Amino acid sequence: MLLIGYGNPGRGDDGLGPAFSENMAARSLPELDVDTDYQLVAEHALTISDHDLVVFADAEIGGTKAYSFREISPGAPEVLGSHSLVPETVLALCETLYGARPKAYALGISGYEYGDVKEGLSERASANLADAEAFFLDWLKQQAASKVVLPA
Amino acid sequence: MSEPRLIEISPVTRVEGHGKVTIHLNAENQVDEARLHIVEFRGFERFIRGRLMWEVPVIVQRLCGICPVSHHLAAAKAMDMIAGVDQLTPTGEKMRRLMHYGQVMQSHVLHFFHLAAPDLLFGFGAPAEKRNIFEVIKEQPELGKRAVLMRKYGQEIIEATAGKKIHGTGAIPGGINRNLPIERRDHFLSTIDEMIEWSLDAVKLARDYTLEHEDVVAEFGSFPSNYMSLVRESDGALDLYHGNLRALSSIGDTIFDQVSYTRYHELIVEDVRSWSYMKFPYITELGPEAGWYRVGPLARMNTASFIDTPLADAAHKDLKAVTSGTPNNSTLANHWARMIEVLHCVEKIRELLNDPDLQGTDLIAKGDRREEGIGVIEAPRGNLIHHYKVDENDQVTYCNLIVSTTHNNEGMNRAVKDVAVKHLSGQEQITEGMLNHVEVAIRAYDPCLSCATHALGQMPLQVELFDADGGLVDSRAQCI
Repeated sequence: MLLIGYGNPGRGDDGLGPAFSENMAARSLPELDVDTDYQLVAEHALTISDHDLVVFADAEIGGTKAYSFREISPGAPEVLGSHSLVPETVLALCETLYGARPKAYALGISGYEYGDVKEGLSERASANLADAEAFFLDWLKQQAASKVVLPA
Repeated sequence: MSEPRLIEISPVTRVEGHGKVTIHLNAENQVDEARLHIVEFRGFERFIRGRLMWEVPVIVQRLCGICPVSHHLAAAKAMDMIAGVDQLTPTGEKMRRLMHYGQVMQSHVLHFFHLAAPDLLFGFGAPAEKRNIFEVIKEQPELGKRAVLMRKYGQEIIEATAGKKIHGTGAIPGGINRNLPIERRDHFLSTIDEMIEWSLDAVKLARDYTLEHEDVVAEFGSFPSNYMSLVRESDGALDLYHGNLRALSSIGDTIFDQVSYTRYHELIVEDVRSWSYMKFPYITELGPEAGWYRVGPLARMNTASFIDTPLADAAHKDLKAVTSGTPNNSTLANHWARMIEVLHCVEKIRELLNDPDLQGTDLIAKGDRREEGIGVIEAPRGNLIHHYKVDENDQVTYCNLIVSTTHNNEGMNRAVKDVAVKHLSGQEQITEGMLNHVEVAIRAYDPCLSCATHALGQMPLQVELFDADGGLVDSRAQCI
């Protein structure tokens, strides 16, 4: 499984994605590859083509809960920008270029302060990050459990 | 009689970041005025104050998620000066150069294939749903795969030299904090010939487009201007990492040449306009009317005497031949110039990978400390200036940044006006295709308007058409 956390840690709560992936990387969880980047770019399509399961973690604007988690499918918006590829576009590029279609989820962690050049997360965003981490670790356990083949 | 109208393109799409264009039409639907507004975040110059000098090359990467490596290296060069180091160790300089060539390569590749190619392949007026990278890939899947692998190559070079993809720490005051292990060198060498071959193909693609559309290229947002870049101290060759400043007029006359970039503040003035947060620099001795200039790939092709790698030099001569050796003033020729620089970077990377100095262990030079440092580099989009002062505690007390997009501010505004006049004046209906013409002119400069925030849920594109009273006549919104 691959986790990609992305965002700019120098823009306040936009650093939620990198904070999430770096915290997970620090745990050295088995069977979890972790990637941290400023943004999603075209070569992520190549990176994810080698994985069966991918989770994209990013800050979310306007979220009503601490975090959201949803399965996503390939999709191409009308106009693309290098600056802001969305996970659906990366999946579509992956399918178009490499014929691979990994199962994928988007984890959006609610943030609130993006406007200033500022290091560090807001207090509320930090709390949301902790909630998202707890959820994700639990979800990982469920994923691992679902892979266990019980003896006949 | 129709009423005067104001058209806004906000933000401009397929550029790095967000900007807004306003076009004012008079009652006869003629363009009265056209401007590119960029909300540049100059607050960074205050943000950096009080930080310790050794932190600066890492912190400045937070300025931008698009070209962090360029800021990293420009700041490191300024900190070299403060550290009293005028000459890096061979390993230090070559590792930094390798990092820089990887950065310029990957940035140019992304721009050409991802941002510009849809316009070039399908035409500026093609339907919006056609003008994206997916359509390019459908038509030329091999091109799409190459673009991904070339960018990946450049990014891996950055990771190997800076330590990390994000917030790398490679360059430090006075040098570098790592060398390149043999196994990484061999990894990069294993595919370098392929990169050269693909770069040659990319140059051909851009060259053929430029020459086959000569009539469009010659008139599209094009006009004479001055040009400025660094050139190599010894012979005026293209040098993306270090050199002295050279400025030429639109016909190739020398305005200044081989001037140390530590004197940049004597050579250029940063002018301000009431309607933009971004400054408008001009060459001091020519004044604000005649002294504006352009930077970037085409500017560098115009100012450089030659290129010191053979394949890129041949391509440079080819480009120069179009204008008989004088500066090329065609804005769209930037794409051709950009691909020549990709080829140059890949040639330089090959040269460096074969140099044992990359495995050297003398990484940091020492000198007598100073209190002021200026670092200038040729970033992908053009000349980038970082200027700092520090106090006795090594804390930054002053910071001035002039980024490439600021240098090109006047040029982009003129391009917007030129294209708007030619393609919007007299039109009863302003179509999306017509508006894209304006964006194509801006995109040729590859401006970095980035704030690098891109959290889920943003809808950055909004195109709005207002009447003379400020009433909204039409609007469009889409996600980029």
